[in-house]
Amino acid sequence: MSENTKTAKGLVNGLLKSSRAFVLGTALIAGSMTMLSSTHAQAEKILRIGNDGEPQSMDPHFISTIQTSRISDDMSLGLLTYGPDGQPVAGAAESWTVSEDGMTYTFKIRDHNWSDGTPVTAQDFIAGWERLLDPELGAEYASLLYIIEGAEAVNTGKEGAKLGVKAIDDHTLEVKLTAPAPYFLAQLTHQTAFAIPRHVVEKYGKDWVKPEHIVVNGAYKLVEWLPNVHTKLVKNEEFYDAANVPIDEVIYYTYEDRTAMQNRFRADELDVARDIASEQISWLRDNLADSLRIAPYAGIYYYAIRTDKDKFKDVRVRKALSLAINREAITDAVLKTGELPAYSFVPPGTGNYTEPAYVSWKGLPYAEKLAEAKKLMAEAGYGPDNPLKFTLRYNTSENHKRIAIAAQNMWKQIGVEAELFNSEGKIHYADLKVGDFEVARAGWIADYNDAQNFLFLAEERTGPLNYSAFDNPRYNELMLAAEKEGDLKKRSDLMHQAEAIMMEAQPYIPIYYYVSKQLVSPKIKGWIDNAPDRHLTRWLDIAE
Amino acid sequence: MLSYAIRRLLIAIPTLFIVITVAFFMMRIAPGGPFDQERALPPEIEKNIKAAYDLDKPLIEQYAIYIGKLFQGDFGPSIKIRDFSVAELIMAGAPASMQLGLSAIAIALVFGVGFGTYAALRQNSAVDFAVMGVAMIGIAIPNFVMAPLLSLVFGLYLSILPTAGWGDGEIQYKILPIIALALPQIAYIARLTRGSMVEVLHSNYIRTARAKGLRETLVVNRHAIKGALLPVVSYLGPATAAVMTGSVVIESIFGVPGIGTYFIKAALNRDYPLVMGVVIVYAVMIIMLNFLVDMVYGLLDPKLKSR
Amino acid sequence: MMNKSEKTAMLEAAGAPAEIEGRSLWRDARIRLFRNKAAVGSMIILGIITLLAIFAPLLSPYAYDQIDWGYIQEGPNWENGHIFGTDGNGRDLFIRVLYGARVSLAVGLLATSVSLAIGVTYGAVAGYFGGKVDNIMMRFVDVLYSLPFMFFVIMLMVVFGRNIFLIFVALGAVEWLTMARIVRGQTLSLRRREFIEAAHATGVSNFKIIFRHIIPNVLGPVIVYMTLTIPQVILTESFLSFLGLGVQEPLTSWGVLISEGAKVIEASTWMLIYPALFLALTLFCFNFIGDGLRDALDPKDR
Repeated sequence: MSENTKTAKGLVNGLLKSSRAFVLGTALIAGSMTMLSSTHAQAEKILRIGNDGEPQSMDPHFISTIQTSRISDDMSLGLLTYGPDGQPVAGAAESWTVSEDGMTYTFKIRDHNWSDGTPVTAQDFIAGWERLLDPELGAEYASLLYIIEGAEAVNTGKEGAKLGVKAIDDHTLEVKLTAPAPYFLAQLTHQTAFAIPRHVVEKYGKDWVKPEHIVVNGAYKLVEWLPNVHTKLVKNEEFYDAANVPIDEVIYYTYEDRTAMQNRFRADELDVARDIASEQISWLRDNLADSLRIAPYAGIYYYAIRTDKDKFKDVRVRKALSLAINREAITDAVLKTGELPAYSFVPPGTGNYTEPAYVSWKGLPYAEKLAEAKKLMAEAGYGPDNPLKFTLRYNTSENHKRIAIAAQNMWKQIGVEAELFNSEGKIHYADLKVGDFEVARAGWIADYNDAQNFLFLAEERTGPLNYSAFDNPRYNELMLAAEKEGDLKKRSDLMHQAEAIMMEAQPYIPIYYYVSKQLVSPKIKGWIDNAPDRHLTRWLDIAE
Repeated sequence: MLSYAIRRLLIAIPTLFIVITVAFFMMRIAPGGPFDQERALPPEIEKNIKAAYDLDKPLIEQYAIYIGKLFQGDFGPSIKIRDFSVAELIMAGAPASMQLGLSAIAIALVFGVGFGTYAALRQNSAVDFAVMGVAMIGIAIPNFVMAPLLSLVFGLYLSILPTAGWGDGEIQYKILPIIALALPQIAYIARLTRGSMVEVLHSNYIRTARAKGLRETLVVNRHAIKGALLPVVSYLGPATAAVMTGSVVIESIFGVPGIGTYFIKAALNRDYPLVMGVVIVYAVMIIMLNFLVDMVYGLLDPKLKSR
Repeated sequence: MMNKSEKTAMLEAAGAPAEIEGRSLWRDARIRLFRNKAAVGSMIILGIITLLAIFAPLLSPYAYDQIDWGYIQEGPNWENGHIFGTDGNGRDLFIRVLYGARVSLAVGLLATSVSLAIGVTYGAVAGYFGGKVDNIMMRFVDVLYSLPFMFFVIMLMVVFGRNIFLIFVALGAVEWLTMARIVRGQTLSLRRREFIEAAHATGVSNFKIIFRHIIPNVLGPVIVYMTLTIPQVILTESFLSFLGLGVQEPLTSWGVLISEGAKVIEASTWMLIYPALFLALTLFCFNFIGDGLRDALDPKDR
C-alpha cells in the first residue's frame, strides 16, 4: 500500500477519535449542567422579552418596524411619550402651549440629561428633525413629519427650503405646522420625532449607535446587540425619572419563529412573548389562559380591489364581493384569535373621530347579504355561464392563506371563481405598488392615532399606497377640507362623510380589525392592554 | 499532485468571480426591492433612500462600484440591519455556524459510516433493516419538524436542556442544534456507506482478499472501507459546506447567532449586499471543500493521482 | 447465489465484464428484481398509494377544497367521516393527503429523474475525460452550487411564468449537482480499471464506453443517492410553495401539509402525523425498490 492510503486511514481514524472524544465530553457536560440551568440572580430585575423580529437599527431615524421601535421607545424619550396605557403623556417636554389657530406649538423642555450627563436642549430636537429630513440620509419614515412647515420641501431637496422650527432658548422649542393637525402631539411619541445627541453623532458619524458610543435620554441604554439573538439594555441612571424605574435590565430576544418563542415562554425562559403562534390558539386558551393577552389594535386587514381594471369598475361587483364575505365566520371559526369583523375602514375607537361610517348593510343576516350579492352580480351581467374570474393575491403567511381559502369558498357561492396566488412579501408589495393585481390582501396599522391615518389610503394624491387606485373627486375634496379644518368636531364630520363614500364604493373590502396578541407572564406588573400596543419597560415591574 | 493543487487554487479565482457576477445580476433582475413592503414608501422618500445606497445608478455602474469595494475588502452595509456592515454580520455569525456545523458533520461521519458499514456487513439481516429503517425515518423527517420536536421533548417535557437560546455560548445551548443538524446527515451518510459498502464487498478484489484467508476485520478496514468511502467523500464536500454555513431553520428555532438565517432572510428582504456576502462565503466554502474532496480521492484511490 | 457468483467470477476471469446483450440484461435484472420480496412489496404499496391518489375523489364524502365550517382544525373522527381530522380551514385531511400525493409523487419522480439524467451524464462525462474537461465542468458545478437558490427560482418564475412543471425543472436543475459529483468521483476511479482501458484500446467509442461501461458500473451509489433525492425534492417543494412557485391553494402537497403540521405539533398533532406517515411510507418503498434495483442491475453480480 502506498503512502497515500496510510494517510487516508490516519485521517479517518483521527476524525473518528476526535469526534468520539467530543461526543463523550458532550454527554458528560450535558449531564452536569442540567443542575445549573435557569437560576439567575435575584438581586437584579431582568425582563426578558421575546420580540418577533430582528431590530433594524438603534438609530431612531432608520427605524420602520414595530419590533425595532419597541426597543427604541425604551431608550429614547420624545417630547411626548407613551404612558402606561399607551396614551401620549409628557415626556421630554414638561408642558406646551398651542396657538389659537392650532398651527403653532411651543414646548417647554424638561431639565434633563443625555446618558453621558450632557443636558438635552431644544437644539437637539431640531437637529434630530433636520437630520431625519435630510434627503441624503434617506430615512424611510421622513414623511411622518411633513406636517411641520417646510418639512416636505426640505426632504425633497427644494432650493432654500427651511424647517418651521425655532429654539427660543435651550429649553423652549417652537414648531409651526402646515395644518391644524390634532394628531401632532401624538406623533411626537414616534421615533421619527426623537432628539439626537448632536455631540455624539458629530463625533462618531454612523457608528454613534454602537453600544460603546450610544447616548440616549430614555430610561434604558444599549449595552449589547448580538445580531439574530438579542439586544440587551440596562437602566440609564441619568434618566430624569430613574428613581421610579423598577426593572434594571431588559433583554429583547429575536424570535421570528412564533412556536419557538412560545416554547421559550413556557419554559420560563421569557417573561413576555410579543406574538403568539395563532394556529395553536385553542391550545393556548386551554393551557396558558393566565398569560394570553388579546386586545384591540389600531389596524385594519383588508382586500384591495384594483378599481381601474375593467372587471372592477362596476361598483356592484365590488359591493357583491364584499357582501359575500362572511366576516364573522372568518374571525370566529377560522382565526379564533379575537379579531373583530370589520364593516368600516377606520377601526372603532380611533382618535379624533366619532363612530366610524359602517357599510349600510352591516346588520343584515348573512343569508340576506348573500342574496343581495347574487342579485348585484346578476345585475352586473354575471351568471352561471359567464362567471366572474379573477386572481386573489396574498403574501405568504399561514393566516393570509387561511383567510384567502375561506374567501374563495364564500365567493364561490355567488358564482365567482377566484384563483389564489401567493407570493413572498417583496414580490407581493412590488406588484401592489405598481397596480399589477386584481384583488390583493393588504393591511394597515396606524402610525398615529387619528382617523386621517387610515382614510388617506383612498385619496388620489396618496399615490402608490392607494392600492385600489380609487379616485373619487368628492372623497378627495372632503379629505382636503378635513385637513384644513381646525375644529375637531367639524373635521371628524368631514372624514365621516368621506368614509361613508368609501364604504359605499368598496375599493377596499374590510375584513377584520387587528388585535394584538401576546403572552405576558402573570408576574409582570403594570402591563395594561392598549390599542397602540405600546408597553414601555419603564412602567413595568416584576413581582418577586 | 502539487502542481494540480496549485492549478486548482488558481482556477478558484475566476470561478468565484463568475459566481459573484452571476449572483449580482440575478439578484438585481429579480422582481421586488428592499423597500417594497406593506407600507409602500412615498416616491420622493424612496428616491432618497435609493440614492443613499447607490441603488439609483445604472446596474452596470453599481456592479462596478461593488466589485471595486470588494477588492478593498469592503462588503458594503446591510440594508435591513443598518447598524452593521455585511462583514460585521458575517464575522459575528460565522463562528457559531461553523462550530455547530463542524461538530455535526464530525458526529455524522462517525455514526453514519459506522452504522452504514455495520448494516452492510449484515446485509438483509434484521439489523440491516432496523438501521436503515431508522435512517430512512431520519431522512423523512425534515428539520423543521425535528428541531421543534427536540426542543419540546428535551426543553419542555424533560427540562434537561434549554428549549432554545445561546446564553454566552455554553455547551448546553449547543447540544440540541448540533443533534438536529447531525441527524439527517447521519442518515444520509449511513445510506451512502451501506450502499457502496455492499457493492465493494461483492467486488472481486475483496473476494480475492477473503479467498486469501485474510481476517474479515482486516478486509473491511484495510480494503473495503476505502472504496466504500468514495461516494461518501463526494457527498461530504457540498454537505459540509451547507452544514457549516448554518441552517435557517435550526438557527431560528434554537436562537443560534449564526449566518444560516441570512441565506433566506437577506434574500427575502432583498438586502442585496448581505445576499452577496453570504453567497461569497458559501462559494468559498464550496470551492475549498470540493478541492479538499478531490485531494482526498487521491488518498483513497492511489490510481487517481492522474493529472 | 452460488450460480451468480460463479458466473461473475467466470466473466471477470475472462478479462472484462462482457458486453451483455441489452435485452438479456434487462430481462435478467427484471427477474432478479421480482425475486426480491422487499422490493415487490414496496412496489405493491406504492401502487396502492398511487391508485388512492388517482381515485381520491371517490374515496371520501368530502371534496379536497370543501370547508366543513362545523369542524375546523378538529382531530380524527370516524363518525363525521373526517378520518384524518381537518385542517385549519376545516377541510378533510384524508382527501387532502391523497391529493397531496399526486403532486408529491409527481415531483419526487420527475424532479429526481431530471436530476438523475443530467447528473449521471454530466458526472460520467467529466470523470471519464478528466483533465481540463473535468476541471471546467466541475467548476461550473461549483458555480451552480453557489448561486442563491431563491433567486434562481424567482428568475425561473419571471421567465416562464407560474407553471407547475417549473417545479420539476427547478428542483431537478438544482438537485443534480451532488449526483454529478458522486458519479464523477466513481468514474474517475473506474476509468483506470483494466476493462475500461481495454475497451478504449480496442477502439470502442467514448460515447459507448460511457453509456455501456461506466454508467452501469456506477449505478450502485447513483441509485442510493437517488432514493435520498426523492425526499429532498418532495420537502423542498414546500419552500417553492412558500415563494409562490409551488402548488397553489386549494391544491396541496405533502411538503406543504407537513410544514403546516409542523406549526401545530402539540396542538393538532394529526395535521403532522398523517402526511408524514404517508411520506415516510413512500420513502421506505422507494428505498427498498432502489436497493432491489441496485442488486438486480449490479454488473459485478451478473
